[in-house]
Amino acid sequence: MDLITIGFYFLAALTIVFGAIVVITKNIMHSAFSLLFTFAGIAGLYVLMQADFLAITQIMIYIGGILVLIIFGVMLTTHITGVDVRSGTLGKFQMIGAVMMMIVIAVSLIVVFMSTRWFLAESQPVEETAPQIGNLLLTKYLLAFEAASMLLLIAIVGAAFIARKHK
Amino acid sequence: MENVNFLYELFGKNIISVTLIVSLPLVFVLIYALIAILAELKVSAWIQERLGPMRTGPWGILQPIAEVVKLIQKEDITPDKSSKLLYNLAPFVIFTGAYAAFAVIPFSEYFVPSGINLGLFYVFAIGSISALGIVMGGWASNNKYSLMGAMRSVSQLISYEIPAAMAILSVVVLASSMNMQEINHQQTGWFWNWNLFGGPGSWTKIWIIPFTVLLTFIYFISSLAETNRVPFDIPEGESELVAGFHTEYSGMKFAMFFFAEYANMFVVAAILTTIFLGGWNSPFDTFLQGPIWGSFWFVLKAFSVVLVQIWIRWTLPRYRVDQLMYVGWKVLLPLSFVSFLAISFYVMLK
Repeated sequence: MDLITIGFYFLAALTIVFGAIVVITKNIMHSAFSLLFTFAGIAGLYVLMQADFLAITQIMIYIGGILVLIIFGVMLTTHITGVDVRSGTLGKFQMIGAVMMMIVIAVSLIVVFMSTRWFLAESQPVEETAPQIGNLLLTKYLLAFEAASMLLLIAIVGAAFIARKHK
Repeated sequence: MENVNFLYELFGKNIISVTLIVSLPLVFVLIYALIAILAELKVSAWIQERLGPMRTGPWGILQPIAEVVKLIQKEDITPDKSSKLLYNLAPFVIFTGAYAAFAVIPFSEYFVPSGINLGLFYVFAIGSISALGIVMGGWASNNKYSLMGAMRSVSQLISYEIPAAMAILSVVVLASSMNMQEINHQQTGWFWNWNLFGGPGSWTKIWIIPFTVLLTFIYFISSLAETNRVPFDIPEGESELVAGFHTEYSGMKFAMFFFAEYANMFVVAAILTTIFLGGWNSPFDTFLQGPIWGSFWFVLKAFSVVLVQIWIRWTLPRYRVDQLMYVGWKVLLPLSFVSFLAISFYVMLK
């Protein structure tokens, strides 16, 4: 096994194990911090796929996002308000539904995975990705890019509107 | 541009050279931290007209070693009601965040641990991991002062990340590159080729010099906030929060926090040096220019920035939380946007 394969299995294990902890643990804060390692693992996988720009964007956005999530977690846990908020267990009915959903999704994923003919591209050195992404965003995907910026603008205006002083 | 790394040239690309490249900055950080602690003690003493530590070694220059020995001997306390795992993990997360940034810092023309093309973006993204460590430690300590320190640290980081990002982005526009080594190569020559003075170019660059100088100050101020230094040290402010997020920590774990803070100070100083002060370039064209002198100039410039940080710490009082938000959102942010627009115009017209 070469180094890249070992790296892949390590990162995949990291992602899956911490992803499982996010779901299983009942402590909101532990959940939030595990999410960090999950995202770090995914960023590592992006690096292995030579999508360096995407990997760094992943780190940048999700670490900031998790920080904000944690602030909400802090506000909801025992340490400040004295109210213990934990994610609860499911009732029997919901449990059956969840298990059935899980089986359906898992089976369909496995079937798709087995029935698809996978083409392995020759691995070749990748050029700088950032200029390519920039060019594509301003030519081929201009509409999507502008739509996303409109969405962000609306979010900012909305936040300012909600936060302003009411006369 | 091909990135040259002298260790790869010497040993080839194998496990030995990679290990060396990974550990070389660590050795540097260890030595640097001792010097910086001494500088902090001595500069603070001189500013307050004291002598500072004088008893360990000549003029007290062995004081940092005494401090380290003291910290190693101290009892390692984990509070009973803390959340053990996160509490013990936090110092490592903080130091990881600080040390990860060293991966792309160009120490010399022939030494940069990893010369990736997205260096600036990476260094900026990785910077928030330290804040995450602060939150982790602050929350896990189960202490209200720690928690408040951690919350303040996050709000401060989120506010000051934006002006810092705008400053870095302006340099990216100016240099048309995010590769820190390439940005350094562009600033070769006399000191007026530095990005602080508008980067290389003809006389037409004069009108953007005010903006680049402004951006340098904006980045410096934001970096003070990101490393929790005075006047933005509200996450640990002694007179308000005992010691903020590291109140409960003792012994080596406290030392890790301390160590990470100094490493972070060097990281922001190194970024400032690279993107505005010419990095490893000599200020006087070919005078003492070269790979080995390059690392000398780099360390000299970065350490001068660290000294300015120390100087400011012992000169200015601390901001209040609302003043901090005011400066971040209402002063630095608009100014950085205006400078960014001006520089974009200049690059477009050039």
